[in-house]
Amino acid sequence: MEIKIFNKTTKIASASMLVASCLFAGAAMAKDTVKVGVVSFLTGPAAGVFGVPAKQGAQIVIDAINNGTMPAPYNTQGFAGAKMNPVFSDESGGGTKQVGLFRDFVEKQKVDAMIGYISSGNCMAIGPIADELKMLTVFSTCGTPRLYEEKLRSHVFRTQANAVGDSLAAARYIVDMYPNEKNYTGINQNYAWGQDSYKFFELGMKQMSPDSKGSDKPQFPKLFVGQYGTEISALSLDKAKVVHSSFWNGDIEAFTLQAMVRGFFQKKIFVSSVGGSAVDALGKKFPDGIVMGTRGNVGLLARDNKDPLNLWFIGEYKKRFNALPLGPSYQYARSILAYKFAMDKAMKKAGKFPTQDQVIAAMKNIKFKSFTETISMARGGGHQAVHSVGYGLTKYNKKGKTPGAEKVKMYGPECIYPPAGTKSEDWINAGMPGAKCK
Amino acid sequence: MQFWATVLLDGLTYASYLFIVSLGLTIIFGVMKILNVAHGSFYAWGAYTAAFAIGFITDNELSEALFLPAILISAILVGVVLGYVIERFILRKMYNQDIHLIVLATFGVFLIFEDLIIITFGVDPYLPYQPAMMLGWVDIVGLNRGVYQLTLILLASIVAFACWYGLTKTKWGKLLQSVIYDREISVAMGIDVTKVYVVTFIGGAILGALGGAYVAPTTSVSPGFAIDLVVLSFAVVVIGGMGSIPGALIGSLIVGILRAFAVHQAPILELFVVFAVMAIVLIIRPEGLFAPPKPRKI
Repeated sequence: MEIKIFNKTTKIASASMLVASCLFAGAAMAKDTVKVGVVSFLTGPAAGVFGVPAKQGAQIVIDAINNGTMPAPYNTQGFAGAKMNPVFSDESGGGTKQVGLFRDFVEKQKVDAMIGYISSGNCMAIGPIADELKMLTVFSTCGTPRLYEEKLRSHVFRTQANAVGDSLAAARYIVDMYPNEKNYTGINQNYAWGQDSYKFFELGMKQMSPDSKGSDKPQFPKLFVGQYGTEISALSLDKAKVVHSSFWNGDIEAFTLQAMVRGFFQKKIFVSSVGGSAVDALGKKFPDGIVMGTRGNVGLLARDNKDPLNLWFIGEYKKRFNALPLGPSYQYARSILAYKFAMDKAMKKAGKFPTQDQVIAAMKNIKFKSFTETISMARGGGHQAVHSVGYGLTKYNKKGKTPGAEKVKMYGPECIYPPAGTKSEDWINAGMPGAKCK
Repeated sequence: MQFWATVLLDGLTYASYLFIVSLGLTIIFGVMKILNVAHGSFYAWGAYTAAFAIGFITDNELSEALFLPAILISAILVGVVLGYVIERFILRKMYNQDIHLIVLATFGVFLIFEDLIIITFGVDPYLPYQPAMMLGWVDIVGLNRGVYQLTLILLASIVAFACWYGLTKTKWGKLLQSVIYDREISVAMGIDVTKVYVVTFIGGAILGALGGAYVAPTTSVSPGFAIDLVVLSFAVVVIGGMGSIPGALIGSLIVGILRAFAVHQAPILELFVVFAVMAIVLIIRPEGLFAPPKPRKI
């Protein structure tokens, strides 16, 4: 008899569990919060002008979405209705440390997604692990094209276009604005980002200005080395007038200071693909006339953009941090927007709170509204963003007492990125077929 | 002619910067037999303090003539305070410990002081460029040179001379040489070795801080910026000989000039040449080029 009762109870329990598991297997539970790891440099030389502004940009957008105060088209509250609980983490320490922290986020902290990463070295280290651990990861800033050109990624998205466009847009700007300058050199940091940036600038110059010639001694100092006196001498002695640089963080500031006091910028055409942070840090002391990029239509180049979303972002940033948003602020904020866009889209399609796989499917190939333009995840199998990239000449706005730029040119994605499925190097070497530049 | 003059001047400037920092490192090792990883902390704190002082002078529109005294006072202040605190409360309790434990302790101190920098000064970079901008540039063999950077060579020369004079012409210097040569005999002869240790450590700390304070106006002073310098300073000290003051000078010149030549001729080899020289010296003469003689004890 006892056995019978036990069997009956067991059957009821089993049936209940079966029903429950069927329910939960079909859809993730509706959640009040999504826990997301947000990684940027919070210590070290890249914190002040990159990591911290990046975190601040993300924080503004997260708070606004959580509170439902974000302007359209992001004016619905939450991420698929859930509030985001961001866990901010420091990116410093190198790839090995970051891989360990990433595993900790996934396996112990049980996050729903990971967003961020500035260093290309870290993105290259994290990419394979994210796929292996099947964790939705949205890279915000890193730029090496190798991330998707070496292998397509299943769980990794990047809302920032890669370094190819930054370098080709720089080459286009030089050819457009200084058509008589035929010799160029560079100073770039000696790792994935710096090497890739100069390689694609050089390839671009060869195609766009076939009679131009690159120096046989471009400089590749170590990352964060801080002293460039000898490199400045070598670049000064080089007959090349155009000097390309993808320096970022404290390195661009240190280089600028050391070059300024030697009158370097009066003699050379210095092209900085990502030096906007130094312009803001040095303010009116930063020399006018430097060819400056911000890796997109963001930061310094977006100051005059009247898009309502951009005006809101600049206003909120000034109100909260008493500063203007820098490039990384936009880049991180943009990743949060893409995540919300995909979450809301996935929920709409599923009719309930989406699973991770549904969010990934929703994020592929999206076109989402960012602060100054609509961004397409149109490369890397729908995982890699392309957007326009601008360059201008630095010009301090004495009236507004803010750094700014003049003679800005924006190059659209169809001008500076290869078609989907084509490797950047092959496309450039083939003469950039199909490129449409205004 | 222009090329060689440029390489020489670049090399001398870089060597001066290395010499000031590595001199402190080698003096501390020579006297106390401590491989002080926390030396980078003196450099970083010197830079931050000088940056803060320069910012204060600029913000309050005080005289530009105060920049140089502010840099020197910052270095002395940092060296005395941090040097005394570390020697008195950490190292003095460890002198009888294994040398490897002391290295680990100084590494721990380095990490603690790196975090204290973030707590004290925040993560935003400091750009105290005003002294360097004030002095402008001069043309030397057809190339503009920042006057401020050139004064680094003068500063290193003054430090080297003062060091030579202090060690060879003063009573205190002779006491120091005695302790370097043999601590036990020095104690037996009545030398107050504890006092020598604390003064030496503070002196080395001031030199480390002076390097950072003087370089601050030419760079972005931000968290973690001392790490590379510590590594390079160790290379200089290893090449010149641990504890050797002439070794620090020659090591700095070798590293500075070879690096400058590499940057001008084969930039990709910039770091390789420095560490290749270090490796060769370690193979041929493991104690370094100018290691001080060691007494044989029976």
